[in-house]
Amino acid sequence: MTKKQKKNLQRIVISSCILVLLVIAEHFLPLPELLFRLLYLIPYYIIGNDVLLKAWKGIRNRQVFDEAFLMAVATIGAMILGETVEGTAVMLFYQIGELFQSIAVGRSRNSISELMEIRPDYANIINEDGELEKVDPDDLEVGSIIVVQPGERIPIDGIIVEGSSSLNTSALTGESMPRDVSEGDTVISGCLNDNGLIKIRTTREFGESTVSKILDLVENSSMKKAKAENFITKFARYYTPIVCWSALALAIIPPVILGLQGSGWEFRTWIFRALTFLVISCPCALVISIPLSFFGGIGGASRNGILVKGSNYLEAVADAGIVVFDKTGTLTKGVFEVVDIVPEEGFTEKELLNLAAAAEKYSTHPVAVSLKKTADQDLSGYNIQDEHEISGHGIQAIINGKEVLAGNQKLMRSNNVEYRDNNSAGTIVYVAVDKQFAGSIVISDVVKDNAANALKEIHDTGVRLTVMLTGDNQAAAKAAAEKLGVREYHSELLPGDKVEKTEQYIEIKKPGEIVCFVGDGINDAPVLSRADVGIAMGALGSDAAIEAADIVLMDDDISKIPLAIRIARKCLRIVRENVIFAIGVKILCLILSAFGITNMWWAVFADVGVMVIAVLNATRTLRI
Amino acid sequence: MKKTYKIDVDCANCAMKMEDATKTVEGVKDATVSFMTLKMKVEFEDGADPEEVMPRVLEACKKVESDCDIEF
Repeated sequence: MTKKQKKNLQRIVISSCILVLLVIAEHFLPLPELLFRLLYLIPYYIIGNDVLLKAWKGIRNRQVFDEAFLMAVATIGAMILGETVEGTAVMLFYQIGELFQSIAVGRSRNSISELMEIRPDYANIINEDGELEKVDPDDLEVGSIIVVQPGERIPIDGIIVEGSSSLNTSALTGESMPRDVSEGDTVISGCLNDNGLIKIRTTREFGESTVSKILDLVENSSMKKAKAENFITKFARYYTPIVCWSALALAIIPPVILGLQGSGWEFRTWIFRALTFLVISCPCALVISIPLSFFGGIGGASRNGILVKGSNYLEAVADAGIVVFDKTGTLTKGVFEVVDIVPEEGFTEKELLNLAAAAEKYSTHPVAVSLKKTADQDLSGYNIQDEHEISGHGIQAIINGKEVLAGNQKLMRSNNVEYRDNNSAGTIVYVAVDKQFAGSIVISDVVKDNAANALKEIHDTGVRLTVMLTGDNQAAAKAAAEKLGVREYHSELLPGDKVEKTEQYIEIKKPGEIVCFVGDGINDAPVLSRADVGIAMGALGSDAAIEAADIVLMDDDISKIPLAIRIARKCLRIVRENVIFAIGVKILCLILSAFGITNMWWAVFADVGVMVIAVLNATRTLRI
Repeated sequence: MKKTYKIDVDCANCAMKMEDATKTVEGVKDATVSFMTLKMKVEFEDGADPEEVMPRVLEACKKVESDCDIEF
């Protein structure tokens, strides 16, 4: 609790004790009523002095419809009408509610700012005396050498020039897998240095570094308000004045009409009902709980490595009806791997693979790289001679005295090799030795292990259509689509076609539905910004993705997408619950109090009680 | 030009009123107040000097909500 909160708690305790004592005393001591009325002013003043002062200042500044004014009018009115206990109690409950609200909001703020603690506030440099000196990271120029000791956070993006260590990225990605780094590796600010001392040459200014960008993004997210928030703003603007004027009407019109009809001038009853109206008129429950829900939702998502750039995007993603995926790097790992080896008789899988790798030894083509990665690392048993590349066909080389061909079908045909067709999806490398077919190797972009599961989860959240866009050929696209379980796919697309395809889905979406596009941020920035909600994956280190996307996943874990949808849904459900609950209870209490069925106690519940419940409900969004 | 300022205010409704008040100040193009992060983002008109505008923003805010503060 802050100092202010402690002081308020003290006031609440003291005045409620005095109030209880006075109520008991009034019951048992035969003292004049007027004396008690005056005595009740003591707890009333202790608990309400700041509200009264604020109300007075408000009147002077012509700000009549604020909470303080309403509470002051209602309670002073009650005191004058002789309802001293009610008057004091209403003020007391109001203060309890305020204190509670301030604590709850403070808690949420703290749990979000834990995330903010990744902001490094210093960098170590080596000064002229050769000693470490802490400096403001803002002052460092690009190319400075900084030292990061074990247990410290990397303050600025850069490249390691000395030392090695393992880095903990959990603050950024929500994953606790340590990453080993050594000289020459690029490191990202915000990571925790777990063990070794490292020296880094900075490649960016502090303000441009990953950690600064991420924090800016999270801090600014509550500035982009959701539709629900704007609705509340508008609602509050009309609600309070309407209730206040109705209160005035309620105090005057019914008693005058009744009086004229000759049923007696009942001003007292009606004024009391009008005061009850005023107590209910504050829209606090809504005004505080809705932003709090979104704030909590965005905070909870951040802690899972999902950065949402605004409440409006969180609101939008809850209505996701169609999710369009870019295949490479999103659903697949984006690296080519050997997925199948089909040797002919007389060759083992290993031999075939090593032969192909040896033939491709000097090639840097992605296919060659994946072959070399899977084959034996030591290929010294293969004497490679006369190696040359036949463009568009493959490689021809003499290995251990034998002619080896490794390439596509065209290479086989042009050399009159009788080969066996391989219809697998992916890139096929055919291998022949001395014009004899030796077998084929299938290389393909590998689907992420959890992708199929994540897609199933996405469908379970109620997304009706998932689409995969890819530049791959039809066979590879079909195989991947079937393996993943996406509902539709489009193959052989050029990067520009992806925008067009996404637009087609935006056209066919149902009203109230939104279209999400998920990409890895590499050359799909235009699609990310065109879709209703653009989600970029594996954004750690990719500025373009952070800029273009509305929701940014720090790592490339695809299961974060259904998680993001679930968080958004939960958040929106809580928002709706609060709107309906708060408005419902208030309207009910207004009607009941107009007919005199409820009293000021109920009004206090409608104001403070509803707010407390709504705030408690809103804080649920923090827990995922 | 956009600038972000730290603010201090007790209730969400008051933060909303500060936002409205700030928007009416001369030299301010747009303003957003976030009660959750206690931050105020002010977009200034072209050529306006924040140093000169901000005291008037504070004054306007104080009028609608006496218990508020802006750090600038």
